[in-house]
Amino acid sequence: MIGQAVNRVDGPLKATGRAAYAYEHWEAGQPLYGFIVGATIGKGRITRIDTEDAEGAPGVQLVMTYLNAPAQGPRDESIPFEYWRAQPMLTGPDIHFYGEPVALVVAETFEQARDAADLVEVEYRAGRGRFDFGEFEDDTYIPKTVNAGLPTDTAVGDFDAGFAGAEVKVDQQYTTPYEFSMPIEPNASMVAPHGDDDLVVYVSCQITDAARDSVAGTLMMDPERVHIVTPFVGGGFGSKLGIHSETILAAMAARALGRPVKVTLTRQQVFQLVGMRPTSSQRVRLGAGHDGRLAAIAHDVTMHTNPDVEYAEQTAATVRSLYAAPHRLTSHRLTALDLPRGTDVRAPGEAPGMLSVESAMDELADALGMDPVELRIRNEPTVDPERNVPYSDRHLVECLREGARRFGWENRPATPASVREGRWLIGYGMSAAIRGHFQGPTTVRVRLEPDGTAVIQTDMTDIGTGTYTILTQVGAEGLGLPLERVRIDLGRSDHPSSWGSGGSWGATNSSTAVHRACAALRTKLLDAALGDTRSPLHGQDPSAAVFSDGDVAIGGASEALREIVARHHPDGVEAEGQTRFMGDDPNYSDYSINTYGAHFAEVGVDADTAETRLRRMLSVFSVGRVFNPKTARSQLIGGMIWGVGAALEEEAVVDPRSGAFVNRDFAGYLVPVHGDIPADIDAVVLEGYDDKANPLGAKGIGEVGICGSGAAVANAVFNATGVRVRDFPITIEKLLPGLPAMV
Amino acid sequence: MRSFTYERATDTRAAVAAAAQPGAKFISGGTNLLDLMKLDIEYPSHLVDISRLPLRDIEELPDGGLRIGAQARNSDVAADPRVRTRYPVLSEALVSGASGQLRNKASTGGNLVQRTRCPYFYDTAAGCNKRDPGSGCAAIGGFNRIHAILGASESCIATHPSDMAVAMTALDAEIELLRADGSVRRVAITDFYRLPGDTPHIENVLGDDEMITGVLLPPPLPGRQIYRKVRDRASYEFALVSVAAVVSADRGTIREARVAFGGVAHKPWRSVEAEDALTDHPARMDTYRAAAEAALRGAVGRGDNDFKIELAKRTLCRTLAQAAGAS
Repeated sequence: MIGQAVNRVDGPLKATGRAAYAYEHWEAGQPLYGFIVGATIGKGRITRIDTEDAEGAPGVQLVMTYLNAPAQGPRDESIPFEYWRAQPMLTGPDIHFYGEPVALVVAETFEQARDAADLVEVEYRAGRGRFDFGEFEDDTYIPKTVNAGLPTDTAVGDFDAGFAGAEVKVDQQYTTPYEFSMPIEPNASMVAPHGDDDLVVYVSCQITDAARDSVAGTLMMDPERVHIVTPFVGGGFGSKLGIHSETILAAMAARALGRPVKVTLTRQQVFQLVGMRPTSSQRVRLGAGHDGRLAAIAHDVTMHTNPDVEYAEQTAATVRSLYAAPHRLTSHRLTALDLPRGTDVRAPGEAPGMLSVESAMDELADALGMDPVELRIRNEPTVDPERNVPYSDRHLVECLREGARRFGWENRPATPASVREGRWLIGYGMSAAIRGHFQGPTTVRVRLEPDGTAVIQTDMTDIGTGTYTILTQVGAEGLGLPLERVRIDLGRSDHPSSWGSGGSWGATNSSTAVHRACAALRTKLLDAALGDTRSPLHGQDPSAAVFSDGDVAIGGASEALREIVARHHPDGVEAEGQTRFMGDDPNYSDYSINTYGAHFAEVGVDADTAETRLRRMLSVFSVGRVFNPKTARSQLIGGMIWGVGAALEEEAVVDPRSGAFVNRDFAGYLVPVHGDIPADIDAVVLEGYDDKANPLGAKGIGEVGICGSGAAVANAVFNATGVRVRDFPITIEKLLPGLPAMV
Repeated sequence: MRSFTYERATDTRAAVAAAAQPGAKFISGGTNLLDLMKLDIEYPSHLVDISRLPLRDIEELPDGGLRIGAQARNSDVAADPRVRTRYPVLSEALVSGASGQLRNKASTGGNLVQRTRCPYFYDTAAGCNKRDPGSGCAAIGGFNRIHAILGASESCIATHPSDMAVAMTALDAEIELLRADGSVRRVAITDFYRLPGDTPHIENVLGDDEMITGVLLPPPLPGRQIYRKVRDRASYEFALVSVAAVVSADRGTIREARVAFGGVAHKPWRSVEAEDALTDHPARMDTYRAAAEAALRGAVGRGDNDFKIELAKRTLCRTLAQAAGAS
């Protein structure tokens, strides 16, 4: 079952509209509707807030501001991960960023709530905010660590000497913009009081356990009294790792009113209220010999952070494990701006970091007159160059070679701006990809019912990635059941807890736990059968047992699982399986465990207007074993396409006068549409099995697709035009001055 | 809550009278108005739904032109064989706009009077003289990458977002307007739209007691027609710059031309200056360049949109070369 291209088991539910998302649950009865009023200044203080008109508007049940919001638990930085911490809202008159919630209006209908929200009168005394990254880029501080607890700075060898002595050098500055996760389903929550003390929280989130702790910590409740329900999530990409104002405000209002309250963010509010990938300025220095071997690598990154909630994206961390070089340096610096907090957006660190580093590698190849694929192969390390441990299962060179072969890389125009087809300047580009693989604590319960069906329960989420499908496959294989006899029950905090979906760890964490739970359950079943004289398996050798088609067979004897369960466990039988935190698993300290890839892209750039369009793209990945080639391909291609958007289109713009995002809808915040992505795009996965990662040999695939894919496109644009744009995205105005004269 | 009343019009003249009442507005496809109502930018107290009025037909005119009913859907106009063969620039412009779903809903008349896509117009916390006269223009000094380079004022630098209207401008279309008293007037499309001046909230000459009932296309000029839309992505984006060109060339000389730009001004921008620079000149790049220089002579950038001046010139040059080369 594992490794088969099974269709999504939840596909029919979604295609027929029967999969209920956070805003669509009706079990708790008719809810009230909340609408958030956001600050219209970016920094300052509320001097007056008048809710009288809003409170008198039709249908309005409650207007909550800092003046009447309940006391809340503080954001406790001793809790190791941000997403588990309290997220207090409406705590005082100070405004920290544009759009910050200043009131929640709750009414009988959404329209009444939104209309009354307009009637809340707020006066401000605006302060002088720091909004413009360029203005404050040099006013930085050094964070203690960066995201995921990684070191802020690293140094190996003597970079200055190594770089100074290099025969060929690249020393360039790159910038990347604010970017948003922007899943199709906006952040939404419905909170229903249950009994005297409990809250049922229907929420769109990635980590059920974090959502429970965060709600409980904020509302100062016993976490056991908070019941998170999140069976279906319409995309997350990092923006739903934690819960936000929509959930906290709905919960406070539901408790105050004793009725279910639901709150969704409008698309425009999502731009202000859930956080974004920080903007960055990145200096990349590469020093190499004429033979292409790197002597020195440095990656120094400056990013924005919100002053109250520090977020340091690990943008310079990627290069630490990527290429060999004796002299190395990485650093991260932050400048505090009065903007929404930075947060994890798909492939935090790698996505903006590899855009720059892999552009710089292309610049080095150009300076050397060397094929970019060959340059990367020449710098393949034998051990992780900064951690000094072996790689577990590194196949970057195979990805590069296989990708080059399949793509027809040998046809790359050797000279930039040398190939033209009609109005189009044609170019090829490539990039390497690497992403660390992580593991987090996850527990799964597998239960075999008397009718012979299995139910797998965990608080793990399916954020559109395919969790339901792959866990069905792993469970079916583990118990020898047909797929239709395995049912997956996800997204409830009353189930055993997991690290949820994020960091590309969800599939392997939960699958490994299912695998182990099934093994434990098989042992229970065999013990029962073999010790029972009524069983045809009595006294047989358990090591020869084969579970298939709902039966267990040993030699010529066999018995249906259903009969074993009925005889010994008339109420069903269950077992748990666990995946450990990577810090407690020696493989993760003894080995550098990563996923790898190589991207190849062909673009056309309009010679007159600089419009850039992808013509074809092929990427080859090494990710260990794949659970399901169909869901894997969707994940990988989705990531690749996001990289195309990051290279060419995606940018949220801050108005430096107000601190507001200006282009806060999908008409102005551009991401690729179908017309941008040719049919000729493919993701190929090499056969693999990483025995250091977990007993299934699988690694995460949610993020490696975006790592480096934008750089392949950017490098193709250079190959097409001879123009190197280092300020992403590569839009028309940046290419136009370098285009050929019209004849 | 802002409540409003709604009526479905069954009689054209009665609809005009109904919409002439204070606070009343026409609605047809609703692809723009409904968004604006949700965002509290438009707040009519009464909607007159004219989408089912018998104004959907595309008819032959005695002079060889076409009359497009104001309620003809954008998709239907784009697909009409007569439009596709005789006015391909219009068909190309229509299919380059919005998305398939929106084009299926959007009407011809509604497309003409759609509002700007300036982000500050959509942000009720920002100053906008078009939305709230006297409140200033946040786009000046703000993020103005998509804004006007021609004909703007210190009150407003917004652009008109339509593709269709740009093609109609190059085709010398007339807008047919019906008054409540039953009288009809026709306005040349270039006279239908206004520049912002200090009243950017008044975007066209449509009276409160008037309704667009159709668009009249005169017989097309001979020659090649091209609509070229330049944008960051391949679909579902308003034009950074677009050009509608109709060029009649004969043995290497341009006899006659019509040129209109989209994405550059408060209205579809007809360039008589470019047309004059082309007429009776050789069909070659230096002529096109001269036409482009003439067309953009008064252009003013506001920072983020400076590049649109050169982009408009280059787009015009290539479009003219293609149009003249093929005729």
